[in-house]
Amino acid sequence: MSETVLMKGNEALGEAAIRSGCRHFFGYPITPQTELSAYMARKMPKIGGTFLQAESEIAAINMVYGAAAAGVRAMTSSSSPGISLKSEGISYIAAADLPCVIVNIMRGGPGLGGIQPAQSDYFQATRGGGHGDYHLLVLAPNSVQEMACLTADAFNLSEKYRIPAMILGDGTLGQMMEPVDFSALPKPVFAEKPWATNAMGGRRGPNVIKTLYLLPEELEATILEREKKYDFLRENLQRYEARFTEDADIILCSYGITSRVVETAVRELRNEGIKAGIIRPVTLWPFPEKIFKQVRPKAYLSVEMSMGQMVEDVKLACECRVPVYFTGRTGGIIPSPAEVIAKVKEIHREVCAVV
Amino acid sequence: MAYKIILAGFGGQGILFAGKLLAYAAMLDGLQLSWLPSYGPEMRGGTANCHVIISREPIGSPIITNPDALIVMNGPSLDKFEDQLQPGGTVILDSTLVGRPVKRGDVDTVCVAATEIAESLGRKGLANMVMLGAFLKKTGLFPVESFNVAIKKMLGENKQELAEANITAVSAGFNAV
Repeated sequence: MSETVLMKGNEALGEAAIRSGCRHFFGYPITPQTELSAYMARKMPKIGGTFLQAESEIAAINMVYGAAAAGVRAMTSSSSPGISLKSEGISYIAAADLPCVIVNIMRGGPGLGGIQPAQSDYFQATRGGGHGDYHLLVLAPNSVQEMACLTADAFNLSEKYRIPAMILGDGTLGQMMEPVDFSALPKPVFAEKPWATNAMGGRRGPNVIKTLYLLPEELEATILEREKKYDFLRENLQRYEARFTEDADIILCSYGITSRVVETAVRELRNEGIKAGIIRPVTLWPFPEKIFKQVRPKAYLSVEMSMGQMVEDVKLACECRVPVYFTGRTGGIIPSPAEVIAKVKEIHREVCAVV
Repeated sequence: MAYKIILAGFGGQGILFAGKLLAYAAMLDGLQLSWLPSYGPEMRGGTANCHVIISREPIGSPIITNPDALIVMNGPSLDKFEDQLQPGGTVILDSTLVGRPVKRGDVDTVCVAATEIAESLGRKGLANMVMLGAFLKKTGLFPVESFNVAIKKMLGENKQELAEANITAVSAGFNAV
């Protein structure tokens, strides 16, 4: 049965986490994600879960580390500057091969930046943020419904592959309300956790979760082993949405809320006879590079609320066979469909000129 | 086609709530909708606005650059959004609080003394509902009856008394146009 309700993205994310079996949430307030913490504070005590407002972001991520090591579904959330603080802990969790979900409702940076929506943490999310050879599974919703559904996916995938997952949203998605149907939520699939440090049970020796390997050969072996998992995910977990790409002269690439602006722009461009298409990555890591091998546009345009961070991945994915352009706004400003349309027309004149 | 509404005024006037109610009514009608609030260092007395889009088609950008309708409850909001209104668009204006007429000649303006009407009902805080009543009369976006159902459902069983007061205020706004 459909269970459609009107909810803010932040709240839908919280509800989805609870329905996915998350009973441990550790947070620290920061605009524009605070509603998520507030939702968890309200709900967790009623269902026997733990909501803990930590003394800092660093404490919160380390509580997630501990809870995840004990084998429970744990989550933390923050916004850009807070995620920077969590980055050390995230690297540790990745190194310990633990599942958990980390939410970043991005705001303008760098530094304390601003509180309006941004997408300038793309590098941080997809390239590390913390130190060492590691990756997060990064999911980028573009609606309140997806905030819920991708959160459910994040818990399942994170647990299945023992990799920390990040939901990369922005202030708009966190604050806006749309109808969300919780009956469409992927069901929780709980994995066996023979590695969990949750008392001895019938085990012969204790389980140990650690990230320190003083012998380089030993450390290298753990990294090579983890890389096999990353290779598998790169091969099997790419997700994207592609529209109007078959005959497209210019393919616009964007994720999250910006993809909605692009959607509006592309509808108008199509009405005017300009063959524009859309590739919207849903997984930012692994980046959906395969689809770029199947399309033949004359140019790509990456549209982002940053100075053009995803441009690099688009160039790698299309192997620079055609020019890759960028347009966008940053610092907390959302590009308008008109700005996107103007840029596409400019590119169209360059690459589709009648000779 | 999407119908795009910006509601704007002072924080504390119930601007966000009024927008939420339109969004909720749209959801009950089985329509697509998005509701996007301004957020930030706003406080009571500061400015607040929200963007509501209602459509039969899936909604692209939830950010409105050229609204079809503007519901304004203070002067600064009219100053900020008047130029963005689509030609032929509709302005609903609280004439108790907005000190100047609309400058644009190519839009449809409805002046309602919403705050005054709400005060006469004994609830100054329901001026937002008076504005919505006037908006419904002018645009016919939802029948008042189904809108009243939305009010009751949204406020929930424990607040039915408040729901009735809201309904009375909507009706006063409807009849004032």
